[in-house]
Amino acid sequence: MSTTLQLGATPLGPASYGDEAKPRMGFFTDTSICIGCKACEIACKEWNQVPQDELGFSGESFDNTGELSANSWRHVAFIEQPTGVGGVQAADSDFRWLMSSDVCKHCTHAACLDVCPTGAIFRTEFGTVVIQPDVCNGCGYCVPACPFGVIGRRERDQLPAADGEVTGLGTTHKCTLCYDRLKDGIEPACAKACPTDSIQFGQLDELRDRARGRVERLHEEGIAEARLYGEDPNDGVGGFGAFFLLLDDPEVYGLPPDPVVPTKRLPEIWGAAFLAGAALAAGVVAAVAGGRR
Amino acid sequence: MGSNMAECHPVGFQWVMEAKLRGATIIHVDPRFTRTSAMASRYVPIRAGSDIAFLGGIVNYILEHGREFRDYVVNYTNAPVIINEDFKDTEDLDGFFSGWNEEKACYNNSSWQYAGMRVRGAVQDDETALSGEQVHHGAALEHGEPPEEDPTLKHPRCVFQLLKRHYSRYTPERVSEICGCSVEQFLAVAEALCENSGRERTSAFCYAVGWTQHTIGVQIIRTAAIIQLLLGNMGRTGGGIMALRGHASIQGSTDIPTLFNILPGYIPMPHAHAHQTLAQFVEQNASPTGWWGRLDAYMVSLLKAYYGPRATPENEFCFGHLPRISGDHSTYQAALDMLEHKVKGFFLFGENPAVGSANSRLHRFALANLEWLVVRDLVEIESASFWHDAPELETGELKTEDIGTEVFLLPAAAHVEKNGSFTNTQRLLQWHFKALEPPADCRSDLWFMYHLGRLIREKLKDSDDPRDRPILDLEWHYPTEGQHEDPSAGAVLREISGWDSEGRAVSGFGALKADGSTACGCWIYSGCYADEQNQPARKKPGQDQSWVAPEWGWAWPSNRRILYNRASADPDGKPWSERKKYVWWDEEQGRWTGYDVPDFGAQKRPDYVPPAGARAEDAIAGNHPFIMQADGRGWLFVPSGLRDGPMPTHFEPQESPFENPLYKQQSNPARKQLHHRLSPFNPTARHKGADAYPYVLTTFRLTEHHTAGGMTRSVPYLAEVQPEMFCEVSPALAAERGLENGGWATIITARTAIEARVLVTDRLRALRVQGQALHQVAVPWHWGTRGLVTGESANDLFGLALDPNVQIQEVRGATCDIRPGRRPRGRAVRELVESYPHARAERSAHSHAHHERTNR
Repeated sequence: MSTTLQLGATPLGPASYGDEAKPRMGFFTDTSICIGCKACEIACKEWNQVPQDELGFSGESFDNTGELSANSWRHVAFIEQPTGVGGVQAADSDFRWLMSSDVCKHCTHAACLDVCPTGAIFRTEFGTVVIQPDVCNGCGYCVPACPFGVIGRRERDQLPAADGEVTGLGTTHKCTLCYDRLKDGIEPACAKACPTDSIQFGQLDELRDRARGRVERLHEEGIAEARLYGEDPNDGVGGFGAFFLLLDDPEVYGLPPDPVVPTKRLPEIWGAAFLAGAALAAGVVAAVAGGRR
Repeated sequence: MGSNMAECHPVGFQWVMEAKLRGATIIHVDPRFTRTSAMASRYVPIRAGSDIAFLGGIVNYILEHGREFRDYVVNYTNAPVIINEDFKDTEDLDGFFSGWNEEKACYNNSSWQYAGMRVRGAVQDDETALSGEQVHHGAALEHGEPPEEDPTLKHPRCVFQLLKRHYSRYTPERVSEICGCSVEQFLAVAEALCENSGRERTSAFCYAVGWTQHTIGVQIIRTAAIIQLLLGNMGRTGGGIMALRGHASIQGSTDIPTLFNILPGYIPMPHAHAHQTLAQFVEQNASPTGWWGRLDAYMVSLLKAYYGPRATPENEFCFGHLPRISGDHSTYQAALDMLEHKVKGFFLFGENPAVGSANSRLHRFALANLEWLVVRDLVEIESASFWHDAPELETGELKTEDIGTEVFLLPAAAHVEKNGSFTNTQRLLQWHFKALEPPADCRSDLWFMYHLGRLIREKLKDSDDPRDRPILDLEWHYPTEGQHEDPSAGAVLREISGWDSEGRAVSGFGALKADGSTACGCWIYSGCYADEQNQPARKKPGQDQSWVAPEWGWAWPSNRRILYNRASADPDGKPWSERKKYVWWDEEQGRWTGYDVPDFGAQKRPDYVPPAGARAEDAIAGNHPFIMQADGRGWLFVPSGLRDGPMPTHFEPQESPFENPLYKQQSNPARKQLHHRLSPFNPTARHKGADAYPYVLTTFRLTEHHTAGGMTRSVPYLAEVQPEMFCEVSPALAAERGLENGGWATIITARTAIEARVLVTDRLRALRVQGQALHQVAVPWHWGTRGLVTGESANDLFGLALDPNVQIQEVRGATCDIRPGRRPRGRAVRELVESYPHARAERSAHSHAHHERTNR
């Protein structure tokens, strides 16, 4: 179980590239300045040739995308929130409309990568996590492994309007942090398109510093509810490569409050399984031995 | 206010967010809580159509509490000017100003003039006054200074006192009663504006079609202008009023217009009867004082650009060749004229009236009544497809086999497939370069116009019919380039900028002459090709130049980034404050200097007093920054140029559930109502049947779609993020009418009924207006019968009530009814609509007057 062994190794990924390793790159999504324009969703689809998803009116505020999936790698959540909370949104009203562009977190400890049996999912020299569609066999193990529900498998019946040109059917897809663009030294399409710089791209350690400064500033302005989500390297996934500034609890945005990489306990589980197996074997031996008696 | 900037101008909104990050307060006043409200520091809900009450309340707040920027107001506005003693206010005449002509339904503005002076053009002749087609550039004073002034602002007939009296009843309580916001919410906005204005600080207004699309649209913007002048926020950094335009280069298409009543650079279109000769035209439209005093030079240079060497002093530079107007030929009148077979053929470029114009249903009938129609667009839009998919085929009102319109659908090139310029909202011209050739038969509009003209001229070349001279005499030679022989857009820009008698590019409009030695396609753009350089193509990065960034693109006029920027300095020419320093007088150099190009005579001293007989810009004193006005001042009170009054006044929309609590006169008396059997009005308050339409109806736009949807409903990625026509209603209205979120609703007006999905949202709230709960129904207007996502068109619901100054439709505040469920199909939908009451035509003086004129 080489993948589980990798879990213990730090840092993951870039170091294994030796001289070719690059600083770890990521996103800081500052939702306090997201205007919900969805330019990130569109730019992502344009650049990465992600197919059109199902068409339908959701009745859920302005969110007709619904969730991250094989066909939506950026998803802007819209939360209409009658609230007593003051703050950055409409300070004098008892209502606010939160918007937040969600994306793959590019976890430090990425369960999707851990469970992928074909090696289709790999960590790049930028420390990001990418699926290679031509290697993926569509087993779908990564789908439930992701603690955030980011990954999906692309199925024909999800794409009623799509013509025959859709690629990657039957395999899984998610944000690549625009690996191809990164290789050419340009920022990912979503960050490039974001008009207010709500999506900021850069070296992860720099982004973390900037984000902490931003939270401090908001706290000074009296926005006590501003907090970072996923910037802590000691959290259950070892910190996100793409982390967020939120104005409420993560659950409000449909995000898990305390995500844990499901493979975290794999060594212990294997250890326990080994012990259980050994005990069972011992029992069998004992039983057999006893039976002979 | 009047704008949903975050959603409709998301790219421009980045600067609002940047300002916010730097500590700016953002206030959003709007009927709906939108994505802009979500970003604002403060949101205030108001009833659609009540903007003048809100803004008038702010004017009253400023004047009541002495919050005006006194030095600015006394020196830079017409506040001290004494007005004619015959003037009567709406306060005296219960909603009318003096000069109302009931029979002709228009004003004679002679009593609105400055006392002691006859302002030329003040007494409008009947033809132009009635038809609403002539533009005006304000009064033409005999010389630059009004004869009677009171700098103490105490004279009872001075503008300042008139203003004070006019708005004295716009109290916070009255504002709350009319608009539906609370007194506290209103006061917080008024105080924030006052606190953030003055020597050291400035505030800006941003508005869009939420202000313009009313029967009082121009006057709403005028009210904001009054506030900004009183607070000293014009001509200064961080101040001003930003008109956010509807789409790319709409500013450009006003500057070099696609409008029937103006020529390039806001020169009026000649009138058939009033302007027989060039001399007459100039005499009646030029202002002796201010920069409009050079109209002759602008007009002759324009004619030289049109007609080249064939334009000579002997033939009045071919002035006689120009088309004339004889009445209202605007969009809506043109549609009515199609219905009457007066308009037989039509070109549609980048416009989709079958979805995008008010009463789009009527427009479909109109298009179906043409002999031929040319549509140039990226896809087959509804205005080209109506003959086979209009909703009226379902009701049986139209039949494909009976529609005689021959439709020529020609594929157009997109902006990345052609060179050209965009003029944005702050008058900045930015060049865009062709990235790739247009596919197949797609061609640019420039290509189409040029080659169409070329072919017509070829066909006419042997004609000696005088009526063909205007076309044959045109200067129609442009170099072409590329495989499709596209005319050079750069060459067109150079012609717009102008050249001298030697053919050298001129430096700016100051170089234009009235003797025929210069040519210029648009005087305000003159200089955009100065030094033989395509100035709009300059793209020097911001960090490599000053913060004003004068080398990014080119702004008209003369690359000035802030208009009237002489107002950023005090009357002596010193900056009002170090913090807001922008343009100032340099005594040593004897000239104006600063960060921007001064919008003033470069060497005109601050203490300059015009000598007797001075003309044009020389008649403007050194302490009067508003150089386009005849007296160089910002006009709080407008003696001429507006059809509906010198001071903005709250009137109810054409259709309203409420009586006007301020005046007996319910709606703008000068508004234009176009009557047609396809376009009846809902009865308004205090008329029988008004209660059948208890809700206020307003339209809006979404970030995900562009205007009438032709460019976005066909794009998969955009279609999927807003896939269906819907309506926004409050939970209270949903409960009252049994509407379910995600279900269907039918919205009904006297015009028609349409169906939409229901979005029940806390973002819409019931407002308390005049003691009653008011619900608003809001509908996006992006859908039609074509594209990946289809839906019914919101504009089908509206009638044709127009602003009298600019003929824009009122689609922000009509009335409607709403019911749960889908609409009936086929003929039954008409039966439903016919079961609702229609307003009786009370008075149709405007359209009636037209009718008479066109018949005589």
